[in-house]
Amino acid sequence: MATEAELKALMAASLDGDAASYRTLLDRLSRRLRAYYKGRLARVGRSATEAEDLVQEVLFAVHLKRHTYDTRELFTPWVHTIARYKLIDYLRRTRSAASVPIDEGAEVMAQDDNADAESSHDVRKLLGRLPEKMRCAIECVKLEGRSVAEAAVRCGISESGVKINIHRGLQSLAAFIAREDQK
Amino acid sequence: MKTDDLVLMLSTNVEPIARGRVARTISIAVIAGAVIALGIMLVALGVRADLTTTRAAVFLLLKLAFALAVVGVSLRYLIRLARPGSARGISPLAVIVPFAAIALLGMLGLADAPSAHWNRMVVGGEWLECLLSIPTIAIVPFAVTIFAVRRAAPTNLFRAGAVAGLVAGGVSAMAYAFHCTDDSLPFVAVWYGGTIVLCTLAGAALGPRLLHW
Repeated sequence: MATEAELKALMAASLDGDAASYRTLLDRLSRRLRAYYKGRLARVGRSATEAEDLVQEVLFAVHLKRHTYDTRELFTPWVHTIARYKLIDYLRRTRSAASVPIDEGAEVMAQDDNADAESSHDVRKLLGRLPEKMRCAIECVKLEGRSVAEAAVRCGISESGVKINIHRGLQSLAAFIAREDQK
Repeated sequence: MKTDDLVLMLSTNVEPIARGRVARTISIAVIAGAVIALGIMLVALGVRADLTTTRAAVFLLLKLAFALAVVGVSLRYLIRLARPGSARGISPLAVIVPFAAIALLGMLGLADAPSAHWNRMVVGGEWLECLLSIPTIAIVPFAVTIFAVRRAAPTNLFRAGAVAGLVAGGVSAMAYAFHCTDDSLPFVAVWYGGTIVLCTLAGAALGPRLLHW
């Protein structure tokens, strides 16, 4: 189990732009969040797929709100507060939604706690709903791993435009996901 | 979507983040709100004409001290509320201190005067103008402050909204003080304090809707 000090060091490196640390951090967080949400949702009779939806919502939130973490503070309370905020918000949003049919129960319970865990969202389909510039910027930089300069040429916008479009695009994706959960 | 794929996507080409952005954004918003509030006061009401007298200047400074104390304390608390799980900054109780101080001064002012004057000291000449002006001038600073807080990550939306209203009320009172000619401590305590509390309540009511993310 990762400790506060480890996670905090990873977060500090991530904020400096260290992609490898950031990847490790998000990976560890997703495991912890999965366990947290499975436990919480089981108590209110919800399924494990929903837990994965929430894990991904929080990963988006951590990413989009990472500038609100102050490195002089503890990291675990920061994540935990976001996780709890998103859980309460999720339960409120999905209150009227039907719960999982009973015959699916066995299948849902059979899902392993592994890292292959999948949510109900299709990121490719969601990307298609974004405006062209946002989609292009995210595909180039975040999916194909090209530099911001390359993306600027390919998408026909400035480098700062690429960064803004990535940020806005990820914000929109997170909003799409939240809206899909409502259904 | 696999969570692994999402982790990979988010961590690819991650940009470095400047430190202290939350505090900077919110502080700049509040300063901008203060400039706008002063502008509204100058255009719509004008600075009081008798500022050359010592009594007027002393009371202006006193009102400004109260308003700035409210803004200073509540701004620091607001920055804390805008960051999830933050323990830094000041205790929530600190926001009460300026109000307690002005209430105490107001009561001392009343105790010092014959009871026949109390009514005039509390109600003043322009209580209605004060009651309407401070909440009205606070609208734009409130909007600017909320906009800045939204860019951070408030998780107690009710409280963050209330404190944003408190900050905006303080900023507005600071601007209104330049116009206000009611120079008595009980007046400041009741009408400045009261209208700032009104702004706080309005902020609390609007917070959950405006700050949701």
